[in-house]
Amino acid sequence: MLLEIDNVTLAYGRIQALHGISLTVGEGEVVALIGANGAGKSTTMRAISGLRPVSQGTIRFDGEDITKLRADLRVIRGVSQSPEGRGIFPGMTVRENLEMGAYTRKVRSEIDEDLQRAFTLFPRLKEREKQAGGTLSGGEQQMLAVGRALMSRPKLLLLDEPSMGLAPMLIQQIFDIIVEINQQGTTVLLVEQNAQQALSRAHRAYVLETGRIVKEGTGADLLNDPAVKDAYLGVA
Amino acid sequence: MDFSGLIDNFGPLTVTGLAQGAIIALFALGYTLVYGVLRLINFAHSEVFLLGTYACLFAWGLFGLDQNSATPAVGPMLLYMVVGLIAAIVVSGAAALTVEFVAYRPLRRRNAPPLAFLITAIGASLFISEVAGVLTHRNQTGVPPIIQARPVFTIGDTTVTNLQLLIIVLALVMMFVLDRFINGSRLGRGVRAVAQNPDSAALMGVNKSRVIALVFLLGGLMAGIAAVMYDLKIGVTRYDAGFLLGIDAFTAAVLGGIGNLRGALLGGLLLGVLQNYAAGLFGSQWLHAASFVLLVVILLFRPTGLLGESLGRARA
Repeated sequence: MLLEIDNVTLAYGRIQALHGISLTVGEGEVVALIGANGAGKSTTMRAISGLRPVSQGTIRFDGEDITKLRADLRVIRGVSQSPEGRGIFPGMTVRENLEMGAYTRKVRSEIDEDLQRAFTLFPRLKEREKQAGGTLSGGEQQMLAVGRALMSRPKLLLLDEPSMGLAPMLIQQIFDIIVEINQQGTTVLLVEQNAQQALSRAHRAYVLETGRIVKEGTGADLLNDPAVKDAYLGVA
Repeated sequence: MDFSGLIDNFGPLTVTGLAQGAIIALFALGYTLVYGVLRLINFAHSEVFLLGTYACLFAWGLFGLDQNSATPAVGPMLLYMVVGLIAAIVVSGAAALTVEFVAYRPLRRRNAPPLAFLITAIGASLFISEVAGVLTHRNQTGVPPIIQARPVFTIGDTTVTNLQLLIIVLALVMMFVLDRFINGSRLGRGVRAVAQNPDSAALMGVNKSRVIALVFLLGGLMAGIAAVMYDLKIGVTRYDAGFLLGIDAFTAAVLGGIGNLRGALLGGLLLGVLQNYAAGLFGSQWLHAASFVLLVVILLFRPTGLLGESLGRARA
């Protein structure tokens, strides 16, 4: 397993956000994490990327225990996150934002190669190359956040709500790109409110409710699960 | 009010103000760099500067120089300048890092509230300044005449001295170097990233602690240079020199837009010049009163300062 989370609990002050979560992501998979607002999806992502310290439990990545490892060192190990709210650097140009994604890397020719790859995946970013990140539209910022997360050549790409705030056509497009990224060899763990898209594109998925995993299965199984349908897919 | 005093001396007041403002600007960088990254006013920065003013005097003392020494020839003068600058830069840089490691980092580790940082900052500032006061018996210390102020050129009726020229040019060069470093280098990009979004910066692999140490160090280096220029220009230093000029430097940083490097330069030069105009107009006892009136007025119309807040947005 590339990522193994074992019985992780996490609290914000006195508020318990995660009550013992266990999940795994295998190499080459696309795994989705779905659930309502406040279920702990983004908190799980932050625990994996190291932005929030966990209270208990262990997180193993690529065979190594990274539970206590600083966030910036996890990037070097191969974990990369496109955060909730996108986290664009507003005063940097699109190009500078993308280059920030390659901050831990040294080989200039490889970085340039990946810049071109990002511009190929998101031609819109090429058009906006010299524009400040803060002036982009929501959808463009989302592309930038995903493109930037790829610039570290991660083994595991964490995507927090990649479809948030996007027009329906763009949602299709961003999921197409996620599948494409996966086919190029990157493992993906994604958090989504858009359960329909997430489940139909993911190999496997977990359903999160108030800090606990209540269901897991293949994307197709969960798509056809009556309880999931009822709660997350908006069809009675 | 003495309008003729201002008009007659407009040129000299401007040049003196620019030199004074250049020192203030270099000093102000430390406030603005740390604020840009941590949203913290490092009040102990004034003592980082203070220690620089003493460090360079100490280094000159090792050559047997004191305020009664004769002005050296050009060769030794250059040597003294280099040694004095190195001493001040090393001591101020080390002092800034020490303040960060001793006073602030432990608080950050404990997730202390912002008020705790403020009190610690004031405490660290008072501690250093009082130790200096006790050690010097609260007397001022004279500066050896390393550079004799001589006119180098005259525009109209305004003469510019070698010292004024040195101070202004050195400040501009240092500003340029720092600006290139922050906007052009990989480490500088890390600084801007932490300033703009600390969480995202961590997700890019930026070591936040290292960036914080770096901005304290850079602020200290600039304060060290400002300290040597101050010694040469004013001719004496005292245990409260950092506090007094620190208020000007902090004002300049806010005036230009705290967190903004170019704002510190603009704010410093503007403040230096306007203080001298005010001194010409109302008498020098009104110098500080005038600068605060100016600060209040500017903040009424532009609450984020002339060039606006934030380190990374300086380009936009």
